[in-house]
Amino acid sequence: MKPPPFRYAAPTSVEEVLGLLAANADDDPRVLAGGQSLVPLMNFRLAQPGFLVDLRLVEALTTLRADGDVLVIGAMVRQSAAERSPEVALAAPLLAEALGYVAHPPIRNSGTVGGSLAHADPSAELPAVALALDAQLVAAGPGGTRAIPAAEFFRGPFTTALEPGEILTEVRVPRWEGAGGHAFVEFARTHGNFALVGVAAMIELDEDIVTRASIALSGVASTPVRAVAAERTLAGTSADAATIEAAVNAAADELSPAGDLHGSTETRTDIARSYLRRGIKLALSRAQDRR
Amino acid sequence: MDKRDITLIVNGSPSMVSVEPRKLLVDVLREDLGLTGTHIGCEHGVCGTCTVLLNDRSVRSCITFAVQADGARIRTVEGLANGADLHPLQDEFWDKQGLQCGYCTPGMLMRACEIIEQNPDPSPEQVREGIASNLCRCTGYQFIVEAVCAAASRMRGDEQRPHQATTPTEAKA
Repeated sequence: MKPPPFRYAAPTSVEEVLGLLAANADDDPRVLAGGQSLVPLMNFRLAQPGFLVDLRLVEALTTLRADGDVLVIGAMVRQSAAERSPEVALAAPLLAEALGYVAHPPIRNSGTVGGSLAHADPSAELPAVALALDAQLVAAGPGGTRAIPAAEFFRGPFTTALEPGEILTEVRVPRWEGAGGHAFVEFARTHGNFALVGVAAMIELDEDIVTRASIALSGVASTPVRAVAAERTLAGTSADAATIEAAVNAAADELSPAGDLHGSTETRTDIARSYLRRGIKLALSRAQDRR
Repeated sequence: MDKRDITLIVNGSPSMVSVEPRKLLVDVLREDLGLTGTHIGCEHGVCGTCTVLLNDRSVRSCITFAVQADGARIRTVEGLANGADLHPLQDEFWDKQGLQCGYCTPGMLMRACEIIEQNPDPSPEQVREGIASNLCRCTGYQFIVEAVCAAASRMRGDEQRPHQATTPTEAKA
């Protein structure tokens, strides 16, 4: 199918974008980033915005830079550009690894980091990564600019803390100090398809002791979730096999993913268990390599 | 509904077209510019037959509005051959039987084009991974992978850059 008619503008500044969203508030305005989720929804007529504000000419949204210990990624940075970026590889290797799982290269050539976060698909990779890295999502709106912690940003399936008239402008990813290991692993029925379960894990070691563990899952709830019980189980230990198993079980006990024809609740929980184990082990071995 | 004037530099030639914002890039290519080589399949970005190169990067033209491509360089399957001389990729697809019904072929060729431009010496595994974005229901992919590898090898041997888009005039000459 094809989308129904809509009005369109491609402004060059965030101020103009916000002005257009406010001026057309009665016409269900939406911002267009890479369009890799929105345009299919519009083709199906599941989304029918009356006014589309294309962000592609807003240069302020294309920044990608280190700001002290924080990696700043503009909302319009294309996923493939972030994937290839030396800054991302250095400051947020977890994000770089996860980007390789986002659909396929032709989608990542158009799709944006900010678009994926603002779309908030529960099975998407980047929201889980933002959560695991304690990223701040910066929003600009009529009332000014505010930074929203990832833990408060994702509110439900395709639902975020962004208010009407507000847009996501950048993601601020704090860099981990010390010897940290990262891992992003996921299970999908077909390569490049939406994952049933994804695991984003960061583990920091001091000598052999886990000083910090951060683990988030995608696909198991209406939003990405932190595996807090697993993090607590690992912290302060040497993360031997028994402790990892205990952490995996602690995390899995808190999950109750909705079943559908692609997998029952039990199947998805089992897969989560398996991928938590893989993710934790991979992050741990990388942290050990970097000591 | 309002139309907008946009410029697309398609296979080296600038074209001015007046389009509704809702018009998809693939439909502008096919309907306004008459370039029906680019196929439409699923219309939601899954199958890849509508793949074209936008500023040298593969994109799904069925989930790209034409207005989003304003000012961009677009390469389609029509830009591959130089007159009667097939591009090495086309030649190898023919030779290795990298197609059967041919529906996926235009997208497959453009994706393969990007793969080789980014990595002139891809391994069969890299090609297989690379074309995972494009569905083919006939071939089982084996011959496509062989064809892409053979084309890459020929293009390296000739020490030629992948064929650049030509204007229709140049193509005839």
